[in-house]
Amino acid sequence: MTFELIIPLLAATVQSGTPILYATLGEIITEKSGVLNLGVEGIMIVGALAGFIAAKFTGNPVLAFVLAGFAGCAAASIHGIVCLLFQGNQVVSGLALTILGTGFANYLGTSYVGQSAPGFSPYAIPYLVDIPGLGPILFNQDPLVYLTYFIPVLIWFYLFSTRHGLGVRAVGENPSAARAGGLSVSLYRWGAILGGGFFMGLGGAYLSLAYTHLWTNNMTAGRGWIAVALVIFAFWRPGRAVFGAYLFGGIMSLQLRLQAAGTQLPSSLLLMLPYLLTIIVLVFSSWKSGKSAAPAALGVNMKPTE
Amino acid sequence: MLHLRIIKRQDPLGWRSCLVIFGAVALALFFSAMLLALRGTPPQEGIIVLFKGAFGSRWAIEDCLIKAIPIFLCSLGVAIAFRLQIWNIGAEGQFCLGALGATWIALSFPDQPAWLLLPAMIAMATVAGGLWGLIPAVLRQKMQTNEIIVSLMMNYIAILILDYLVYGIWKDPTSFGFPMTPEFSEAAIVGKIGSTSVNWGLAHCVILALIVWIFFGYTKTGYELKASGDNVKAARYAGLPYNKQVFLVMVLSGALAGWAGFIEASATVNRLQPSIMVGYGYTAIVVAWLASLNPFYIGIASFLLAGLRVGVENLQLDLQVPAAFGGIMEGFILLTVLAGGFFISYRFSFAQKK
Repeated sequence: MTFELIIPLLAATVQSGTPILYATLGEIITEKSGVLNLGVEGIMIVGALAGFIAAKFTGNPVLAFVLAGFAGCAAASIHGIVCLLFQGNQVVSGLALTILGTGFANYLGTSYVGQSAPGFSPYAIPYLVDIPGLGPILFNQDPLVYLTYFIPVLIWFYLFSTRHGLGVRAVGENPSAARAGGLSVSLYRWGAILGGGFFMGLGGAYLSLAYTHLWTNNMTAGRGWIAVALVIFAFWRPGRAVFGAYLFGGIMSLQLRLQAAGTQLPSSLLLMLPYLLTIIVLVFSSWKSGKSAAPAALGVNMKPTE
Repeated sequence: MLHLRIIKRQDPLGWRSCLVIFGAVALALFFSAMLLALRGTPPQEGIIVLFKGAFGSRWAIEDCLIKAIPIFLCSLGVAIAFRLQIWNIGAEGQFCLGALGATWIALSFPDQPAWLLLPAMIAMATVAGGLWGLIPAVLRQKMQTNEIIVSLMMNYIAILILDYLVYGIWKDPTSFGFPMTPEFSEAAIVGKIGSTSVNWGLAHCVILALIVWIFFGYTKTGYELKASGDNVKAARYAGLPYNKQVFLVMVLSGALAGWAGFIEASATVNRLQPSIMVGYGYTAIVVAWLASLNPFYIGIASFLLAGLRVGVENLQLDLQVPAAFGGIMEGFILLTVLAGGFFISYRFSFAQKK
């Protein structure tokens, strides 16, 4: 493959990796507090729809993007109500949230299928875009991609270098000790669920506001589940999440390009690649580390009367 | 000042736990009705159409039974895995592989008699579904890989394999380009019961449920599985072969879903086409949880959630409600029942704060 083919492919890699990156970061925040949220897929698609409708009616994509984040919070709060308030099983609640979110978005979205809304377009950053190689890959993207050059650093700093972030991690590792130390386990977990949901909503909105400017039902197509897998691949660290998200972005854009280039391979086999890759990546990352990198209290509710 | 406290129940709730379930389902209906209103459908009319459409005629009841068959079998399988705390959410893919296995036999040997062909189709469907279920189990036990994600990813892969086959080598040359296999031969089709439209798959459900019930209640292996399900650590300490148990439950779970795939391809559509994948495997998870993993309750819950699907089809026809409304209702029901479980072990109490 020549240089002229590789640069656009890598630029597309960054773009297709971005929605997964937002969602993965959201799930990292949530899981760090000890809450397993398997509703990512459902929350993302609610965010995608909310962003799309808001952009369509306000004409303001920035506002729409933020509103999509809050829609993500609202969807994630259902998980909080069921698991934190009513002690429901986290796995089942997340699954139910995915079923509900997907149903909800397809139900309200049916009347918008195929319609378009204003969104974000690539904006080349002067000077930086002229860097040979890196410039056209990293600095000829839309503003939402540029945001993701900072957000993982901020989340990493928050989780690992602030007192509040330490609280989130403490609640995820040993909630009883955290409570004995005077932290409110449920407040921290609520914060992590809502904060995580915000980023999942943003990830969904990236799909409807930047990746495409259209609404199609089921537009997340399993990206939320890939994000759940990437959290394990990333060992719950934001930096590795970037790497993982671009890995998937790469395979997705490669598959699209091969299809567009009229390859002999059937499209259904190409479409299988990201899902196969998820399993392979997951096997290798869990084989090496086991469950040691996971927050110790992940998925376990704290009994209200303890 | 009044202060909300959570107190653990000392006395078991007993029959009143039924009230909790009813309350939860009623709440889910209420939320769903509000969403009907949001899209401009009169909610009361919508709920009436839903119920009448689902249970209001002999034809509707028969349709519920037809849809309940695959849901029941998948759910029975899912419940076996859940009981051992293995989160098999791959019933959808195992169902798909079962349909593929059955179709392969049906298309390869169309001229064989039914007494040979149908058992061979069942065998292939259960083997294919069981192996598809075994993969996440092996990865879980040998590589510590999360079975939730693997089994789910395998659903996507299974459906793409189906697409590949029906758009490719299995495509019926006379289908005018539609992605479907040729119709099965007469011998490869599970017939209908008497003059009804319900197929004999219903009898399969009853027999398989009895076998599962006897297996768990009256055999040593079944008893040991139950023990591991109640307390994994204790069971391992007692020397039970936990790895083998996990493999066994996932194979059984996948085989039951595969059997459902066989019935769907053979009895309901008489061929393989992408439209057989309508999410029964996911509904099965909702059913298993609603029924607290009990085979008898799974029967009732399968019928009711099949009714929900039939009712939503009527909503779609009569009031132009999008089909996705069914997913909303399933999601709400599962969430409210899950939250309602709280009231079975705890209660709220308002106490004067000191």
